[in-house]
Amino acid sequence: MVAIVPSYGIWLAGILFAIGMAGLLVRRNIVFMLMCIEIMLNAAGLVFIVGGARWGQADGQVLFLLILALAAAEVAIGLALILLFHRRYQTLDADAASRMRG
Amino acid sequence: MLQYAWLVPALPLTGFLVLALTASRLPKMVAGTIGTASVGLSMLAVLAIWVQVGFSPLPTGGYTLVLWQWMNVGGFTPTISLYVDHLALIMMSVVTFVSFLIHLYSHEYMEDDASYSRFFAYMNLFVGSMLILVMAANLLFFYVGWEGVGLCSYLLIGFWYDSADFDRAARKAFIVTRIGDTAMAIGFFLLFNALGTLNIQELMHRAAASWTVGQGMAVAGAALILGGAVGKSAQFPLQVWLPDAMAGPTPVSALIHAATMVTAGVYIIARTHVLFALAPAIQLLVAIIGALTLLIAGFSALGQDDIKRILAYSTISQIGYMFLALGVGAWAAAIFHLMTHAFFKALLFLAAGVVIHAMDGEHDIFKMGGLRKTLKVAFWPFLIGSAALTALPLITAGYYSKDLILWEAWSSPQGAWWLWVMGIVGALLTGLYIFRAVFVAFFGKPQRVVAHYPKGRVVIPLLVLSFLSIVGGFVEIPPNLGDIDAFTTFMASVLPSAQGAAEPTPGLILAWMQIAAGLVALGSIAIAAFLFARRAPLFNMLARSRGGRALKQFWAVGCGFDWVYLRALKRPYRRLSWLDRNDIVDSFYTGVAALTRGFYYMLSATQTGRIRWYAAGIAAGMVTFLALAVWK
Repeated sequence: MVAIVPSYGIWLAGILFAIGMAGLLVRRNIVFMLMCIEIMLNAAGLVFIVGGARWGQADGQVLFLLILALAAAEVAIGLALILLFHRRYQTLDADAASRMRG
Repeated sequence: MLQYAWLVPALPLTGFLVLALTASRLPKMVAGTIGTASVGLSMLAVLAIWVQVGFSPLPTGGYTLVLWQWMNVGGFTPTISLYVDHLALIMMSVVTFVSFLIHLYSHEYMEDDASYSRFFAYMNLFVGSMLILVMAANLLFFYVGWEGVGLCSYLLIGFWYDSADFDRAARKAFIVTRIGDTAMAIGFFLLFNALGTLNIQELMHRAAASWTVGQGMAVAGAALILGGAVGKSAQFPLQVWLPDAMAGPTPVSALIHAATMVTAGVYIIARTHVLFALAPAIQLLVAIIGALTLLIAGFSALGQDDIKRILAYSTISQIGYMFLALGVGAWAAAIFHLMTHAFFKALLFLAAGVVIHAMDGEHDIFKMGGLRKTLKVAFWPFLIGSAALTALPLITAGYYSKDLILWEAWSSPQGAWWLWVMGIVGALLTGLYIFRAVFVAFFGKPQRVVAHYPKGRVVIPLLVLSFLSIVGGFVEIPPNLGDIDAFTTFMASVLPSAQGAAEPTPGLILAWMQIAAGLVALGSIAIAAFLFARRAPLFNMLARSRGGRALKQFWAVGCGFDWVYLRALKRPYRRLSWLDRNDIVDSFYTGVAALTRGFYYMLSATQTGRIRWYAAGIAAGMVTFLALAVWK
């Protein structure tokens, strides 16, 4: 098994996170926004994995499992919210819900 | 007991604190009892002081009780200290005693009011402030009490604050008296600047030692204090607030008119009489103001139909007598009249309150009538109070005090025959206006059914005050009728006699004056009976004529002072403030407001309501902080 160079893993995670955040800010479709959040979560998970591999400890993988569970719960709630959102506004455009404008 | 003299003002103030802090959470019975008992205990404390003074007389120059030092700023060291001498003792007794009776009356009278507890809280604060005013040893502490009664009069006149008219009356009382208060404060500054102390006794000694009669500073100081007294005691030209002050509940009117507030002006002039003696011109002005006021108010009272407004103008007129007495140097006579007036004016107001309750809140005497038979419990006290007010000879307290004032107005060195004439005309008016009320309201045909009869707690104060309105004057009887001078002798340690050392023996002239005053009192009642009880045809003709109606209207509005002030002061002032709305000083404050508003718009613009903007904000913030952490 080829050892992973930690800095490559960190770079990959950083790029993934940036892609996710850019998508979150650019896309207006709320489903895509949710997917972008998932990408960002996984980027964070990847950092834990890389960290665990670097120091040869199991903590990183344990935390990744935790993030995975969190992401699953978050997706369940997020999809329910999207469903309600669509029912109320008849659209998936996140900017449609701007009644809190000051 | 004297070292516990602080209890006298402290007890009502404690009552106020308890009632204010419990904020109407106490049951009505408990709240009213706390309010009444605190004043009652204060009255007992005064009684204890009397007992001690009876056994061992007060030290010459009075007893000073220093409680603590207020502040110490550059040689200015006012103390919280009380001062008890014979003048203060008389005032304390009148204030606590009459206030206690009024509280007892209110205990039942105000029972149906929703804000019962608030009422007693204000009343207690009122009495406490008045006691501070009376007992203060220095002018700064005195001013605390002075402003305290001003505040309480505002709170109580506007007690039913949901009526815009009552609210306006309360503000009017506060603002008009404020004009006088400002003059008085300037006077205190002046005195402190010139003499270096605010302790009243010390101040009087230094003034007498370092100033000559008629010196500019003495005149200015006396004039400014007079300004304050004129405002608080509702004298010409600041009398306009008192008739409107009838907006408050009736016990409040009784308290303001009899025990607290309006007598404060008389008291401060008597208290600083040394200063006034140094300024004869101002003292003459006091007499003239008093004489003018008693006439203006007497005429105005004749034009009123509202029973409480009649009594209000009558108070202004009677305080005018006190000012007249002060002006001619009859200090003790003024305080004597203050005392008897407290008894019979409280009695009149409390009796009027019973009438108003019985008539379901009706104030107009022409809508009453026949109450002599249906409401005896109010009729007899009102009649006794009216007789005392008219100074019915020999049998009423008012006679002895008013007679003394009229005699001094004639015979004292500062007196003059024309002051006496104005006083005697005022006495005629007094009998006319008060017996007009008596004959119209209590005689004739009943017009309304009596809706409400008073019970014990209302009746007892009426009885006690009726008794005192008759016997309260027997402490001072003229030389040719029995020669008792207990009151003036008691006062002699504080207030010098008007006549100076060489008191002339009152000869035949005193007897003639007494006969004249007696005839005027009886005559005024007879005229009132002729005009108002019988509704004489001649009177009806006069009243319906154009001139008669115009005169009645003129008197009804209090001789038009409000009209003059509206045009001479209020409207020009409003006009000026409208013209001045863009001035340069204001632009700074409007600038601050505009800047704040600008920031508000900027901050509000960041709240777009779009979730992506918020996310972007969070991301930008995170990047910034990371950058800061990495590159420091």
